[in-house]
Amino acid sequence: MSPLILILLLPFLSFVISGLWGRKYLKNLAGILSTTTVLASFVISVTTAYRYFFVDGKVAGKFVAQYPVDFKWLEFTPDLSIHLGILIDPISVMMLLVVTFISLMVHIYSLGYMKGEERYATYYSFLSLFTFSMLGLVVATNIFQTYIFWELVGVSSFLLIGFYYSKPSAVAASKKAFIVTRFADLGFLAGILILSYYSGSLEFKDIIARYTDSSSPHLQAAISSSFLGVSALSWGLVLVFIGGAGKSAMFPLHVWLPDAMEGPTPVSALIHAATMVVAGVYLVARLFPVYAISCPAALHVVAVVGVFSSAFAALIACTQTDIKRVLAYSTMSQIGFMMFALGVSGYGGEAGLGYMASMFHLFTHAIFKALLFLCAGTVIHFVHSNEIKDMGGLKKSLPITHIAFLLACLAISGIPPFSGFFSKEEILTAAYHHDKLIFWVAVVTAGLTSFYMFRLFFSIFYRGEENTHAQSHHGEGTSSMLAPQIILAFGSVLAGLIPFGKFVTSDGVGLEAHTDWNFSLLPIALSSTGILFAIYFFMKDNDKAEVLASKFGSVYISLKRKLYIDEIYEFVTKRIIFNLIAQPAAWFDKNIVDGFINTIGKATQVFSLTTSVWQSGKVQAYSAWLLAGTLVVLIMCLYYLQLL
Amino acid sequence: MNSIPLIHFLIVSTALFFIGVYGFFTRRNMITMLMSIELILNSVNINFVAFNKYLHPESNDGLFFSLFIIAIAAAEAAVAIAIIINLYRTHSTIDVEDANEMKL
Repeated sequence: MSPLILILLLPFLSFVISGLWGRKYLKNLAGILSTTTVLASFVISVTTAYRYFFVDGKVAGKFVAQYPVDFKWLEFTPDLSIHLGILIDPISVMMLLVVTFISLMVHIYSLGYMKGEERYATYYSFLSLFTFSMLGLVVATNIFQTYIFWELVGVSSFLLIGFYYSKPSAVAASKKAFIVTRFADLGFLAGILILSYYSGSLEFKDIIARYTDSSSPHLQAAISSSFLGVSALSWGLVLVFIGGAGKSAMFPLHVWLPDAMEGPTPVSALIHAATMVVAGVYLVARLFPVYAISCPAALHVVAVVGVFSSAFAALIACTQTDIKRVLAYSTMSQIGFMMFALGVSGYGGEAGLGYMASMFHLFTHAIFKALLFLCAGTVIHFVHSNEIKDMGGLKKSLPITHIAFLLACLAISGIPPFSGFFSKEEILTAAYHHDKLIFWVAVVTAGLTSFYMFRLFFSIFYRGEENTHAQSHHGEGTSSMLAPQIILAFGSVLAGLIPFGKFVTSDGVGLEAHTDWNFSLLPIALSSTGILFAIYFFMKDNDKAEVLASKFGSVYISLKRKLYIDEIYEFVTKRIIFNLIAQPAAWFDKNIVDGFINTIGKATQVFSLTTSVWQSGKVQAYSAWLLAGTLVVLIMCLYYLQLL
Repeated sequence: MNSIPLIHFLIVSTALFFIGVYGFFTRRNMITMLMSIELILNSVNINFVAFNKYLHPESNDGLFFSLFIIAIAAAEAAVAIAIIINLYRTHSTIDVEDANEMKL
């Protein structure tokens, strides 16, 4: 058994230990225990990454997949069995690094942030459960294993969003997240069934091999059978993408993500910014050869949904006043970037630039977005409020957070030489070569990104006077809260310098990324304009923003109300589904199904009450009946024997 | 010895049987009912012995059966009297009509 399995087992162990005995016996040790196990996982991941990328990953100049662990878990028939295993290839190694690193940062941060929390050990056991499931998801060798861990991350996300379970809004948000992603997972499951039915295998390597070989009978069967004029292969891929869109908060399944901010802030950093929400991107990337080679139509769906969600979320983010909601919409927007980067990519060589850019952006985004959330956590910790209006002028009280937040904002805005610039730049290049419309929407969205991020930045740290009641007893937080911010700030600055194309590409062959400064001029100019606008509107205390908002009137209000998507969902579920489907179904259940059972019960009761009168309880009456019966039988026997 | 015909025994046993049945049906006192049952059993015993003697004099099956019945009747009397004693302890009576707790 390979030591790699420890990456998964250690967080699982920590989950079991702090989950079962944490609250009673471990108390504050639970945090140390979980953090240690994640640190160990991180160290193993780093050595794995080193070995894979620099020692034994390449075969003939090409990164190939390795299967250090693979065992048969359930065998139904000789042809159908479910394996569990560990798949090591460029993207899974990259995700291992991201997940363990961000998880480690969040674990350390939570040591300070969650201090004094009554359910401290429970919190850490949930975090460990999440880390375990996310790692299991990224190393899955087959689509069924992905599905299992997919649901497990869903559960841990649910548990952590609803962590403050005495708060009704948190409970509602956790339920919403669970139900919305469940709907999407229905699509995912259907997609799994379709894809594996036609390919005859659940293994990723078989699915990809059989669907990308144009002469294989599996591909022919999947293309030739169609439903509603769309081939089974397209159906399968689009349904799988719907599952991914649910987890990755793509329009119109994004409604749960802003509400998920009810959870503790470090959780938002880990789950709802850096790792779990990119699972959808990862899933599409995992099956990318199938999308790119055999079904460009499905890939186009990915691109359109991605770019639309990205622009949609950026517009809404400009109007939100809850700091975490702004970050949530920004996350949705950035994931949209990753999605359409995949959507505009081809397979292999220069055409595969989008794929590489998407993974690169996933990598850099995880770092700077986790940093933004951790900074937001510190700010919220300091002012005890999520609302922008309660903040302002915090530059002096929170100097380190201020610098870290600024670096992260520059990174996400795509200002060189910060990490976001390099990844976003390559996404835009890929989009430019594929589809001009997508490119223009993306460029404008990138400009909006810098506007809303700096709006947030100035509103928190500059605009207005520091609220006097915010002069709280504690300062910027413990060193365990500051250290992850500093480390991540370095990451946000430097991560872009990694020659990512050498390691992660669609076909495993290295890709030389080159920055074309003439091309980058436009995005940089737009981003800078966004920043300038933000400075103009939000740096000093003034009412320019309100004036602008009132000029736009209804547009502003509908953006602020998140374009009424929640209301539409409410209308569809409450008015249409509840009234037209649920009510008649309930009536049928109550009156027909229950009625049938109740009638049977009542009839039995009436019958038994009637007959119970015969049970007089008199021994002699019984024996008289016995005698009478015997005599009757006797007479019948005699009659039969013709003796009478 | 063979001067008494079989039918006489059967008449006696039938009379005994119906006296027992009559007693069992009409008496409320459990001791009396138990005695009636003994009468029924004894009428059967007479039948067994009589049939054995008249129809199959070469074998002893009927005799053994009556012995069995006597033994079982003794056991049954022991059980029944135990029940009656317990009934008397809880109800201070041995009238069957008074033991009606299970009635709806």
